[in-house]
Amino acid sequence: MPIEVLMPALSPTMTEGKLAKWLKNEGDEVKSGDVLAEIETDKATMEVEAVDEGRIGKILVAAGTENVAVNTPIAVILGEGEDASASLAKEEGTPKTAAQPAVKDEAPAPSTLPAQVISGPAAPPPSDEDKFFDRTVKKTVREALRDAMAEEMRRDANVFLMGEEVAQYQGAYKVSQGLLQEFGPDRVIDTPITEYGFAGLGVGAGFLGLRPIVEFMTFNFAMQAIDHIVNSAAKTLYMSGGQMGCPIVFRGPNGAAARVAAQHSQDYTPWYASVPGLKVVAPYSAADFKGLMKSAIRDPNPVIFLENEILYGQSFDVPESEDFIVPIGRAKVLRAGKDVTITAHSLMVAQALAAAELLAKDGIEAEVIDLRTIRPLDVHTIVESVKKTNRLVTVEEAWPTCSIGSEISALMMEHAFDYLDAPVIRVNGKDVPMPYAANLEKLVLPQPDGIAEAARRACYRS
Amino acid sequence: MAAPRRRAKAQPETAATSKRAPAASPQELLRYYREMLLIRRFEEKAGQLYGMGLIGGFCHLYIGQEAVVTGVQAALREGDSVITSYRDHGHMLACGMDAKGVMAELTGRRGGYSKGKGGSMHMFSREKGFFGGHGIVGGQVPLGTGLAFAHKYKKDGGVCTTYLGDGAVNQGQVYESFNMAALWKLPVVYIIENNKYAMGTAQERASAGELHQRGAAYGIPGYQVNGMNVLDVKAAADEWVNWVREGNGPVILEMKTYRYRGHSMSDPAKYRTKEEVEKMRTESDPIDQLKKLLLDEGHATEEALKEIDREVKAIVSESAEFAQQSPEPDPSELWTDVLLDA
Repeated sequence: MPIEVLMPALSPTMTEGKLAKWLKNEGDEVKSGDVLAEIETDKATMEVEAVDEGRIGKILVAAGTENVAVNTPIAVILGEGEDASASLAKEEGTPKTAAQPAVKDEAPAPSTLPAQVISGPAAPPPSDEDKFFDRTVKKTVREALRDAMAEEMRRDANVFLMGEEVAQYQGAYKVSQGLLQEFGPDRVIDTPITEYGFAGLGVGAGFLGLRPIVEFMTFNFAMQAIDHIVNSAAKTLYMSGGQMGCPIVFRGPNGAAARVAAQHSQDYTPWYASVPGLKVVAPYSAADFKGLMKSAIRDPNPVIFLENEILYGQSFDVPESEDFIVPIGRAKVLRAGKDVTITAHSLMVAQALAAAELLAKDGIEAEVIDLRTIRPLDVHTIVESVKKTNRLVTVEEAWPTCSIGSEISALMMEHAFDYLDAPVIRVNGKDVPMPYAANLEKLVLPQPDGIAEAARRACYRS
Repeated sequence: MAAPRRRAKAQPETAATSKRAPAASPQELLRYYREMLLIRRFEEKAGQLYGMGLIGGFCHLYIGQEAVVTGVQAALREGDSVITSYRDHGHMLACGMDAKGVMAELTGRRGGYSKGKGGSMHMFSREKGFFGGHGIVGGQVPLGTGLAFAHKYKKDGGVCTTYLGDGAVNQGQVYESFNMAALWKLPVVYIIENNKYAMGTAQERASAGELHQRGAAYGIPGYQVNGMNVLDVKAAADEWVNWVREGNGPVILEMKTYRYRGHSMSDPAKYRTKEEVEKMRTESDPIDQLKKLLLDEGHATEEALKEIDREVKAIVSESAEFAQQSPEPDPSELWTDVLLDA
């Protein structure tokens, strides 16, 4: 059957071009891969290759013709025993080199997007965590994390821990203490200092069904690995149409420690929280560190688990039961109040609670919400609190621009505008790289006084 | 076991046909012929559909390099894993993925391997052991090293073949991976597909030294192989895949190959001469070489090869037809596959 050769598009934006030159004449035999013609666009000259075998029956567009629209027939290729007059006689029925783009003839696909959120923020996942607090034991955050990893490693042989100094050194911050002794070097693996490499290696292992826990000595160093966290871990499930999930936990201390200056003191929460395909948690209490770490390890998705160096040594009541687990996506009201809501996560929860004490002395009852999970954010719990207090202050270490506070502020515009009696106030780390000097460092980080002052302003009591 | 200090038998850029006795039976030779031809015809069709505006974005064709993936794949077994960069259509076909699903992904339709959400550079098949299709140059190298880590961790006897180009060899993460793979003796075969050009930059303008020696500092053996000859590729892959499978750690095989087409569809190819391309096509074409061998050795008749041509063309036509008939993804697909249910 005669086959029409069409004017090709050489880039997604090309609509027409010049047929500069024919390299085959009518009557010439051609086979797949032979160059038929040269085409010029404003950017380049390119060759048109034959895809089909046969003989050039007719050249339909002469060399030198300008402004030939993409998909215009430019020649006819004949098979054995066919002639050009036959093909021209029944022009209507001539098949194209490939079938016509079918989609162009169909009704256009609907251009409106189905709404993701129909009405109001969804309720957080249910939890039975409270019932486990009847029997507790004092544990540091460091111990709680270690216990969570050990329990999950006992439960599932596919769980392993890798990172710098996690094995023989027992963890740069002693979080993995005792794990090498219990689980051996095949499951507790010291890596070279090679964040980009071992983050990617962990993701690859996750693709094949393992459940890696990748420790970054701090999240400052994970900036070297963020390509694999975002491009490989977060996006592959989507890019594979749901085939290639990656159950992996990236964990380590995030944010400022003490006196380690700008390169070791950044809060990356907003960076990861902006990425679809990731879950992000940043707990405060040892119980939440344990319960959320267990959830993170069991989760089939990549989870960014943000810890805090200063919190590692702090002790909290932790349920004794190994069945205690905290679902990802659920905030917790740590202190009830009716006058103003304060949200915080990680170490800043301590500052928010201290601020609430200060406010109580002034007769202001602050409600303090520990966000615990940043993505997916428990918007429902924040909105319900704001409906009661009508005022909101957000607290975090991160820089103010595009911060979690910025996000919550926008969400309140969308979901709680009618309930607000004052503008949402953000209390963030100052918009500078972290200085080294002790006094300057303290000025950068949110302090109870500053948080309380912001809350008074929100209550028009300053 | 110490690494045998031997040179790969195949020399780079040598004569058109291997002088060695074929390490493959006539049936296998015919299979390679069919597989390479399928890749060639599939890619030509993809180029054509791109020209018609049916395929969008980036589209990197494998034409000229068919012998590499065909020969390496023939040395693998069920349970092994494969990962590569964005020039990936040939690898998917060689892994046994369905041409219809690959072509429909290229056209962004719901019948595609990623339901139209991945495109040319991002396709996967867990069932066939194909782990992508990755768009960041070099990104697949740590990922493949991780697949190898998982094979070793699970003790499943699997090997990961990690393909990378002569452009990717200058990414730092490649060396981070080499180090860990050698340190932990991971079962990974690094296949450098050296097609001479990283986009438009010739190897000698981008890379110091010899690419197959890039693992030398880590003690990783590395060899050059004539990547235009499927039998040379198969022989090298057989030898070294087994060596890796025995637990000796990684190896680097540099396949000297050539792509006939541009880096992507919108490549004007100003960085090399037409004569250079033409010389490779006429003197070193992997399909022509094998065809000649099959005919000269009497393993097949012209008519038998024509029958394979027809069969391959039918598969490709069917895939192109399917790729146009399959509907675009439903708009509701926008929100799916972001996260798995916990």
